[in-house]
Amino acid sequence: MLDAINWHSFFFLLFGALTCAFALGVLLSSNVVRMAFYLVISLASTAALFILAGATFVGAMQIMIYVGGTLVLLIFGVMLTAQAAFVSMKTKSSDWVLAALGGGMLLALLVVTALSVPEWRSPTRDAGQVAAVAGDSATQLGWSLVGVRVDKSNQPNALLRNGMSGYLLPFEIISMHLLVVLVGAAYLARTRKKVGVRVVGGVDEADSIPSSSMEVVR
Amino acid sequence: MADNINRHVLSWLLGGLGFDFPANHWLGILIAALIHCVLVLHVVAVGALVFIWMERKIAGRIQDRLGPTRVGGKFGWLQTLADGLKLITKEDLMPGAADPLLFKLAPYISLSASYTAYLALPFASGWVGREVNTAAFFVLAVLGLEVFGVILAGYASGSKWSLFGGMREAAQVVSYEVPLGLCVIVPVMICGTMNLVTIADMQKGFANNWLIFNDPFTFLLFWVYFTCAMASVNRAPFDLAEAESELVAGFHTEYSGLRWSLFFMAEYGSMFVVSGLAAILFFGGWHGPIPLFQSLAYEMGEVDWRWGGYLANLAGCLNFIIKTVIGVTVMIWVRWTLPRLRIDQVITMCWKYCVPIAAFCFMGALAWQTLGLPTPARVNRTEVRESWSVVRELQKPVAPPEDVKSGRTAQDRDRVESPEAGRQASLSVGSEAAGARSAQTLGGRG
Repeated sequence: MLDAINWHSFFFLLFGALTCAFALGVLLSSNVVRMAFYLVISLASTAALFILAGATFVGAMQIMIYVGGTLVLLIFGVMLTAQAAFVSMKTKSSDWVLAALGGGMLLALLVVTALSVPEWRSPTRDAGQVAAVAGDSATQLGWSLVGVRVDKSNQPNALLRNGMSGYLLPFEIISMHLLVVLVGAAYLARTRKKVGVRVVGGVDEADSIPSSSMEVVR
Repeated sequence: MADNINRHVLSWLLGGLGFDFPANHWLGILIAALIHCVLVLHVVAVGALVFIWMERKIAGRIQDRLGPTRVGGKFGWLQTLADGLKLITKEDLMPGAADPLLFKLAPYISLSASYTAYLALPFASGWVGREVNTAAFFVLAVLGLEVFGVILAGYASGSKWSLFGGMREAAQVVSYEVPLGLCVIVPVMICGTMNLVTIADMQKGFANNWLIFNDPFTFLLFWVYFTCAMASVNRAPFDLAEAESELVAGFHTEYSGLRWSLFFMAEYGSMFVVSGLAAILFFGGWHGPIPLFQSLAYEMGEVDWRWGGYLANLAGCLNFIIKTVIGVTVMIWVRWTLPRLRIDQVITMCWKYCVPIAAFCFMGALAWQTLGLPTPARVNRTEVRESWSVVRELQKPVAPPEDVKSGRTAQDRDRVESPEAGRQASLSVGSEAAGARSAQTLGGRG
């Protein structure tokens, strides 16, 4: 009975629906912290889709960078600024129209592209194929960083094969770029020291609360 | 395991009623999955029970008290159960200013993040919820999610104390993920894999094979890892998010009863996970200081269940849990010894000490590996890794080539393997594994 269900498709649809539903939640919610929370679930479901497709490394990366890193900072920033204006945000109708136009065009493009690949139109029931796709993706990624493009090794055209070198150079360029951005951000954010006055790196938050109120609470 | 349940248990119990159970029947798979889930859930739940009792006893001893002595006999070992009963009977309060949805969800987010990390944490060779190829990375990524529950609890409580706690936690955890990641990279680099089962098996034999003794840099690095791990699971001296002396109780000020206890189960669960990760990455995982059970253990790639191998795995699992509990005990010991740091000291500790030391150790360990400087390890790590990858490749279900797409993928894989074919053939273990080729997975014998 249960063998009749294509579990791979079932979980794909489940996580796909979760992603879409909570993405809609981000749109329709008016509280900025709840929006951030819905975005967390949406992005985590995307990570689940990656893992379902056998790309465990990309899935873990998605959790690490987007869910764990970016969104924690986002919520951190949102909590600092979550005043009354952001607790119930009203979207203007002109914004709705513009967003619907832009989003709709992108959606139409993606749907047409996705349907143009014949192999993607209907799910296959081939367990072997799933297993073959769900291979050792992290190892292949590692190989491509050192210049061995596993995915392109059977390219028949020898001229094209030359252009498929590894990812080490782009990786290094991006790393250096990020490092420069980080140093720049640290430079911009640093405390401007006055001569002769010593500034302590971080001020304890509890100090900003009057001591009399602390007495009352206790 | 699902296979055994179907063929032996279910067929024996219900076979008489006219039901038929082939090896991959869904009921057996469901029961096997439930058994694993319940076992791991009990590591979190019963683990928290034991650790809270330990925390009370150790705190008592360090402060020259006895700790709990009455509940449940001599050592007060039922104290946590009494605490739990008290928590269940407490009224479930929510402040009027709270955000109801987020306030109620926050403890579950923390707990499920902590529990998800157990999915990829192996307890012995093959005893793992799901053997993930990138397990070390996955565990780190998922553990980082626990902070979400804390931040949301801080925001949703509608209280200043809680908000301050949540903010501190966010700043602290985002910072400490950097050195923690750097520390995990070094064992991964030495082993050449992120698979935790392989990493632990590459340290088999005597204690000199453990990665912590591999070179002076990994020895130094372990202490950085342990510091960062303590900070990332929000334990004293890094427990600024709940700093009782300043913030009443920080992020969980407004929580009571069972919701409050879920946060603590998550905390103790995460402590166990980071200690377990330390045991696998630096202390050989389930391979003890003295290999008592190595002669009994399963050969690599062996798929049939037998008593000796099961016993060896059980001993390995115990060994792993003992190492992990020692790690947790040290965390408790540190908590009751050191005073809490200030937030600026916490951030300074991270960026001015942990990150540079971890980066230095990374460079040092890299140089040590590249120059081939002497190491006490007597195990051929490369051979272990390569034989594992051969075994796993053989255990994969083979793609039928008739479909155009899968045919291409299979070709790809053959092509990748071909340059390695010579090396693989030279490994005796590889050829043994070829003999043991079977559709069963390694986990199947657990």
